[in-house]
Amino acid sequence: MSAAALVAHQFRFEQKVFWRSPAAVFFTVMFPVIFLLLFAGLFGNGEIEPLGIDAANYYVPAIITLAVVSATLVNVAMRMVEMRESGRLKRMHGTPLPTWAYVAGRICNAFVVSVLMVVIVTLIGRVLYGVEVPTTTIPALVVTLVVGTFAFCSLGLALSMAIPSEQAAPPITNFVVLPLYFISGVFAPETEIPDGVLTVASVFPIRPFFQAFLTAYDPLTQGAGFDWGHLAVVAAWGIAGILLAVRFFRWSPRHG
Amino acid sequence: MSDAVISVRGLRKSYGEVEALRGIDLEVRQGEIFAFLGPNGAGKTTAISVLEGYLERDAGTVEVLGEDPAGAGRDWRARVGFVLQECRMEPLLTVRETLEMYAGYYRRHRSVSETIELVGLGEKADERAGKLSGGQQRRLDVAVALIGDAELLFLDEPTTGFDPSARRAAWQVVEGLREIGKTVLLTTHYMDEAQALADRVAVIAAGEIIAAGTPDDLGGRREAETVISFRVPDAAAAGARAAVGGDWSGSNGRLELRTGEPTRALNELTAWAIANGVDLGALEVARPSLEDVYLELTGTDAS
Repeated sequence: MSAAALVAHQFRFEQKVFWRSPAAVFFTVMFPVIFLLLFAGLFGNGEIEPLGIDAANYYVPAIITLAVVSATLVNVAMRMVEMRESGRLKRMHGTPLPTWAYVAGRICNAFVVSVLMVVIVTLIGRVLYGVEVPTTTIPALVVTLVVGTFAFCSLGLALSMAIPSEQAAPPITNFVVLPLYFISGVFAPETEIPDGVLTVASVFPIRPFFQAFLTAYDPLTQGAGFDWGHLAVVAAWGIAGILLAVRFFRWSPRHG
Repeated sequence: MSDAVISVRGLRKSYGEVEALRGIDLEVRQGEIFAFLGPNGAGKTTAISVLEGYLERDAGTVEVLGEDPAGAGRDWRARVGFVLQECRMEPLLTVRETLEMYAGYYRRHRSVSETIELVGLGEKADERAGKLSGGQQRRLDVAVALIGDAELLFLDEPTTGFDPSARRAAWQVVEGLREIGKTVLLTTHYMDEAQALADRVAVIAAGEIIAAGTPDDLGGRREAETVISFRVPDAAAAGARAAVGGDWSGSNGRLELRTGEPTRALNELTAWAIANGVDLGALEVARPSLEDVYLELTGTDAS
C-alpha cells in the first residue's frame, strides 16, 4: 500500500474507535458544547469592556481552543497510554506498519475532529448568540488549526511517555490542561485574570493558541487575521514535544 | 541445517545482576512445532522476545528466517507473527474490523473470514472484542498473528488462564497451523500442552536448556524405569518385597517398585501373589510422565 493509503486505512479505524468511545465523545464533543452554552448563557451578550467584544464572541474561540486541545493533546495522550499499556502498541510494532503511518492516522483523526468542533462551535455561536462567522480570516483560522493540531498532538505524544499507567492517564492529563485553561482565559474572561498570571500563561502553549483563534474571530481584527507571533510559540512547543516524544518513545508496557 | 528457520548459538541476556539466559543453543526446523517448557521466571519470555526482535541480547548469534531479528526490517516483520503474553485487543472494534485493520498493514494477507473460521470465532465475527470471553480474546489474538500469512509464529503462553475447554479449542487452532505448514515456537508451563502439541520440546530452567527432544524422548524417558504400585495388607508387604528384586518404596499401605525390567518383575510379583492368595489392590503400571521428568529436571519436588 502507498503511504497515503496506509494513513487513510489507519484513520478509518481511528474514527470508528473515536466515535464508539463514550469518554472521547463526551469530553471532546459534548463537554465543549455544554461549556459554550453555560458561559455564553451566563455572561450573555454583555460586552467584555477592555476588549470591546461580546462575551459570546469571546467564548466561541475560547471553547474552540478547549475542544481542539481535547481532541489533540488529551485524546492522543490517553489513547497512546492505553495502546502502550494494553500491549497493542508493541503488537503493532511487530507488523510491517511503519510507526509514522500509525501516528499520522491518529493525527488525521485529531484534525478531522478539531475541524468538526470548529464548525459546530461556530454554528452554535452564530445561531444562538449571533456571533459572526469570520469569513475574511478563514485562511488564518485554517493555519491556526493546522499548527495547533500538529503542536498539541506532539505534546500529547510526549505527555503519554510521562504517564506510567492507564489509571494515571486521566488525572495527569487533566492536571496538566485544567490549570492552563483557567490561567489562559479559556474559562474566565482574560480581563478577570491578573496580568502577572497572564504573562505566565503566555509561556505555555494554550494561551497563545487561544489568542491566535481570538484574533481570527475578533470582529475588530483588520486584515487576514494571522497571528504569527503567537503561532510561533505554539509551533515551538510542538517541536519540543516531537523531540521529547522521539527521545522517550517506548513500545512496551511500562508495568512488568 | 539448511531448513532451519530459527538458529541460536550461545544466547545470553542479563537484567542487571540477574542472568536471565545463560547460553542457549537452539535449532527449529521448517514446519516444526517447537515448545519452550519451563516454570515461571525460567527465561522463556526473555528468549522468545530476543527471537521476536523486541529485546537486545548480550551475547550469542541469533538467526530467524535468515536474518538477525535485532536489525530486521519491515519485510522480515511481515514474515513473522506474534501472540504476546499480554495484549488486549481494541475493545471497541469487532472481531472482523480488528482483522481488517491488521490485514491492511500487510502487502499480502490471509482472507479475514477464513482466518476467523480457523480460530473458531465464526459466530462472534461481528461482536466487539471487549465483549468476548478471555479465551475468545486470546483466539482473536492468534487470528491477528495469522492474518499476515506469516511463515513463523511465536506464541507466548497461548493458553495461560484458559479453562479446559478453551485450552482444547486453542490446541485445535495450533494443530490447524501445523496442517497449513506453519513453523511455530510456543512457550508453556503446562506439560500436557507441550506433550499434545509439540514435535520437540526444550525444557528451560534458570536460563538454561536442561533437556531437549521429542516429548517421548525427553530426559531419557524411554530408558526410564517403570513404576509398579499396588496395595497389600501390611502383613504381606515384607513377603512381596522378598519375592521380587528391585527398588522398593512405600507409603500409606501402598507399595511402589521401580524396575528396569517390568515384564520379569510383574511375572514374579503376580506369581507370588497367586501362590500366597494375596490380592494386589489397585495395581498400576506406569512409566514416568513428562510431568515427572519435568519436575525432576527443574528440581521441583515431585511428591
